[in-house]
Amino acid sequence: MSTVEVPSLTHSSRPPALGLAGEWLTTTDHRRIGRMFIGGAAVWLATMVVVSTILGAERIVSDSSLVPADSVLQLFSLVRTLASFGVMIPLFIGLAIVVVPMQVGARAISFARVASLGFYLWLIGSGLIVGAIAANGGPGGGNAQMVDLYLIGLALSILGALAASVSLFSTVLTARTAGMSLADAPMLAWSSLVGAAALLLTLPVMLGTIIFAAVDHHYERIAFGGNEGIMTWLGWAFTQPQTFIYVVVALGVLADMTPVMARAKQPLRGAVVIGLGLISTALVGTVSQTSHSLNWSGSLTDKAKSFIPYALYNLLPLLGLVIVLATALLAVVSGKPKIIAPFFPTALGVGMIMTAMLGNAVQRIDQAGLSGTVFDEAALIYLTYGSVLVAWGALAFWGPRIWGKMLPGAAVVGLGVLGFMATVLAALPYYIAGFANQPADVASDFDYSGPQALWNLLSTAGHALMALCVLAAVATVIRARMAGAKATEDPWDARTLEWSVDGGAR
Amino acid sequence: MSTATARALPAGPQPANRNSLVMGTAAVCAAGTMLMFGMLAVWFKFRDASPLRTDEKGKLIHDWLPSEIKVPEVAANTLMITMVIACIMAQWGVYSARRNDSSHATLSTLITGFIGVAAINAQAAIYMQMDMGIRDGAYQTMFYAVTGTMLVLLASGVAFSLVAMFRATAGRLGDKQVMTAHAMYWYFLTVVFCALWFVVYVQK
Repeated sequence: MSTVEVPSLTHSSRPPALGLAGEWLTTTDHRRIGRMFIGGAAVWLATMVVVSTILGAERIVSDSSLVPADSVLQLFSLVRTLASFGVMIPLFIGLAIVVVPMQVGARAISFARVASLGFYLWLIGSGLIVGAIAANGGPGGGNAQMVDLYLIGLALSILGALAASVSLFSTVLTARTAGMSLADAPMLAWSSLVGAAALLLTLPVMLGTIIFAAVDHHYERIAFGGNEGIMTWLGWAFTQPQTFIYVVVALGVLADMTPVMARAKQPLRGAVVIGLGLISTALVGTVSQTSHSLNWSGSLTDKAKSFIPYALYNLLPLLGLVIVLATALLAVVSGKPKIIAPFFPTALGVGMIMTAMLGNAVQRIDQAGLSGTVFDEAALIYLTYGSVLVAWGALAFWGPRIWGKMLPGAAVVGLGVLGFMATVLAALPYYIAGFANQPADVASDFDYSGPQALWNLLSTAGHALMALCVLAAVATVIRARMAGAKATEDPWDARTLEWSVDGGAR
Repeated sequence: MSTATARALPAGPQPANRNSLVMGTAAVCAAGTMLMFGMLAVWFKFRDASPLRTDEKGKLIHDWLPSEIKVPEVAANTLMITMVIACIMAQWGVYSARRNDSSHATLSTLITGFIGVAAINAQAAIYMQMDMGIRDGAYQTMFYAVTGTMLVLLASGVAFSLVAMFRATAGRLGDKQVMTAHAMYWYFLTVVFCALWFVVYVQK
């Protein structure tokens, strides 16, 4: 490899008007825009985990008064909104914005200013969501103006995610380096393409409903059920299977990392792409805004009529994930694997996502009687925390390319295992409590046969542990950034494009 | 621009122009189509849920459109035709750009923009003729929400026409993407307006 003089695309010789802060605020560098998304998501993740811990503590004793009764629904709505629009979507959009242009050999992300605008729209929107709920707005809120503000915040967040998705979508399709066909594109780029397309097709449907709900709430407050009706109309976007679309990129991370770890070429690349595509079939079901549950009763025709849409919308995404996992396993078997630290949290995170998909498939069976219970909440926790684990693995893997420093392997594995334990602790008890009919979105005045306090105590402990993990992960990244070991050019011996060109890591 | 010394692959050939603007616009159009079709789906849902009544011809219909409201069909049809003309003008822009004809490209985008303003004006005329309050009921609220969203999309089309016009005026016709993307956006606007026109103004 020859050494050549390359112009830096990230450093400008012109001094920024507001110093380093101005340089970041007005940046069109995809690595900075992506990192701002990830940083923002980390803040909302911490907020979500703290609120979840408080709500869990409230549920330990059914007559507890830790949280005012009229705020409970708003806090549950805050958790659901943040899980989707504060954590999962921005986390993976940010990751893709950082890594994908380097993977496809693009000099910059397409429509960099649109991506930057997307970040600010999302940031302002998500800030408004949290602020509105804090000021007695949001679903079930008592302050009408703040309820309106919540809807405006949600609309802005969606517009931000859409803007960033347009940028990613165009980058993968049009900014690939000469000679790289779409079939040759890395799996993270593929999954970003699928994820961005799925967001572009589903979030506008939600935006349309928000426009209706906001106009109705601001003026008439009849047609859409006022503040209480918001979740009836928009709830599909915060629950499974729509939320599977938000984590398609997580599987791209695994599919890219496994062949590197296995020291082998990915066998059956086409199958991996099919798997990633199948996960996005969840969007078809959610756009129709129905849960497509399975009712295993009546004649054979009735059963078939119920089973086909159920399988299409709930089982196909699961099949997609299984295909991705199977091909990853095939890569491991066909190569000479040498376990790398980032693989631990990534594999554990994908396992959690699979548990969420399995849970959703069970929940949608009418005869299981899990509708309206905390079972759905557990699936969302598995999915959200699982995607956080994958993102942690991805940061450890591509971190050297982003900021030129290695994250300590022991911390990556340790926090990955702790995060896995936190996820299981926070979610599994609610799977069990769901079978005992613990109601969803209710924190007090419920009773069921079984160790009610134990399940809720365990879940609360899980959320608290996840809070510690998030803090520790942020501290680890900052420490590594400040005083970490300098990364070599290709620390994982990946030999893929993002490690071969000048990334200008800093 | 400063330089940095780094180990890197030698510079490859300049990548082929893959129409990033056209692709980006296509993505926006797909999202916009889902937005409007999603809204129309909710409209259908409400219309379908409204109680049945017998109209003056003795036909059983959904009691969705309040009897005191008259939908101005002439203005709506005019608006529909206006949108189609806008597409033709935008396509003229593409044709002119391919022939490197800057003056016609400028003129076509200018006319497209004007037609867009005329369409907005026609929508305002419909509002005035219908003369109903947004608080008057579910139909009224949803009518203003769905047509208002269309109005915002139309305004964005006018802005796009202005940008395309300035680029054509500045002689940047070597890059045909802008004109193609501009025409695509107006086709998208016309398609979604067709759907809206049929559902809201024809089928009511």
